[in-house]
Amino acid sequence: MQKVVDIMKKRALQLLEQGTVNRVLGWKNGDFTYDQTPAVFNSKEEVNELVYNDFSAANLSKYLIAETKKEGKILAFLKPCDTYSFNQLIKEHRINRENVYVIGVECQGKVDVEKVRALGAKGVTGVEVDGETVTAHTLYGDKTFTKESVLMEKCLACKGKTHMAYDELIIVNPVEDKKNDRFKQVEELENMTPDERFAFWQGQLSKCIRCNACRNVCPACSCLKCVFDNPNSGVASKAVPDTFEEQLFHVIRAFHVAGRCTDCGECSRVCPQNIPLHLLNRKFIKDINKFYGEYQAGADTETRAPLTNFTKEDVEPSVISDKGGKA
Amino acid sequence: MQVENGQFKPTIVAFCCNWCSYAGADLAGTGRMQYPAEVKIIRVPCSCRVNPMFILRAFQRGADGVILCGCHPGDCHYTTGNYYARRRMTMLFDFLDYLGIEKERTRVEWVSAAEGARFASVMNDFVKKVTELGPNKRITDLRCKPEKEGE
Repeated sequence: MQKVVDIMKKRALQLLEQGTVNRVLGWKNGDFTYDQTPAVFNSKEEVNELVYNDFSAANLSKYLIAETKKEGKILAFLKPCDTYSFNQLIKEHRINRENVYVIGVECQGKVDVEKVRALGAKGVTGVEVDGETVTAHTLYGDKTFTKESVLMEKCLACKGKTHMAYDELIIVNPVEDKKNDRFKQVEELENMTPDERFAFWQGQLSKCIRCNACRNVCPACSCLKCVFDNPNSGVASKAVPDTFEEQLFHVIRAFHVAGRCTDCGECSRVCPQNIPLHLLNRKFIKDINKFYGEYQAGADTETRAPLTNFTKEDVEPSVISDKGGKA
Repeated sequence: MQVENGQFKPTIVAFCCNWCSYAGADLAGTGRMQYPAEVKIIRVPCSCRVNPMFILRAFQRGADGVILCGCHPGDCHYTTGNYYARRRMTMLFDFLDYLGIEKERTRVEWVSAAEGARFASVMNDFVKKVTELGPNKRITDLRCKPEKEGE
């Protein structure tokens, strides 16, 4: 990984020098190495702060909405899954493609520091992924784990290591795509009875504190004026009286991004209450695939989103009530 | 939800498109066909006018079942409106089912202006199904409930 960062910094400096770009979008360390934050570097000196390692999980595409409206070109480092969101935003005319220079960077899956901690590593100072093992450097010595046990939830359902959009690529250690069944958890829920499902979701969604982190981080949630920001609705200004409001918040949010969600998993990553929000979006993706044919949002910039499209032969909504399953 | 003589009477919200289903309901009325009074019709310009939030709001405010009626596919007054509504509602209803809101509480039916009898039978059937299911407790805002149930 260190090698990758060195190349990234070198290229960033070159492009700044040439005047191709006038700023750089990347990651920098927060208070700790594992709480990295997206950052814009405006000068060659600032680029020294650029970091990229196994904790750099944030999806940078959404920042390009604001950044590409500014003067001059910006250099953006995008991971494979970020490029899906990037394409989707281009499709929705939110990003000005001329104003961004995209360098695709390799990704071996990102490490979830919470999982590392849960496995007993205290005082984490860094991690190193080497093939299938992960070494966590801590204040009290090194600890090794299997990669599977500490990967982020979103990386366990990786869509692949291929960049969908880029101007150039930096790949030092190519990784092979691993097959995974991202709909497994959705299927498990579908096989429950409605009572069990309701209990599950009530348990999860009642943890919601309406911090709006999922909405703010979501690249698909990029409306300038959001329905949830309606000052007359009163939702922002009062304590939540019952679980009902959160449920509807998440239902509405999931529906608004249906057909546009690229399954980047940022919602679940940023949720301070660890609500598995990706399972809501994934249900829509699964249904769209099932009823209207395989569709991956952000795989290209041309096709119409399934919910803004139709065919005369679409299934009837009665398929839902007739589909059987456990009542 | 209402309770009459200890018997549960559901509240049903029916979104009917102006051009087909609302006229169908009208025909059911002029033809003196019986359908339950629990069905509250809301007239909309087209079935695709119905935002998924309308359906959620209906449930929030105490509906026990929500039905959306529109022109038959291909007959939409605005040519393509009901095709979009069809996709949207398929997605929404399956999603509500996924969250544990029984799939029998939601329905889409195509009713043309000439199908008064069909409108009545659809509503009779839907009300029967929802009555069997009982009151909607899952996505109702408890503050919208009558203070004492059974009164």
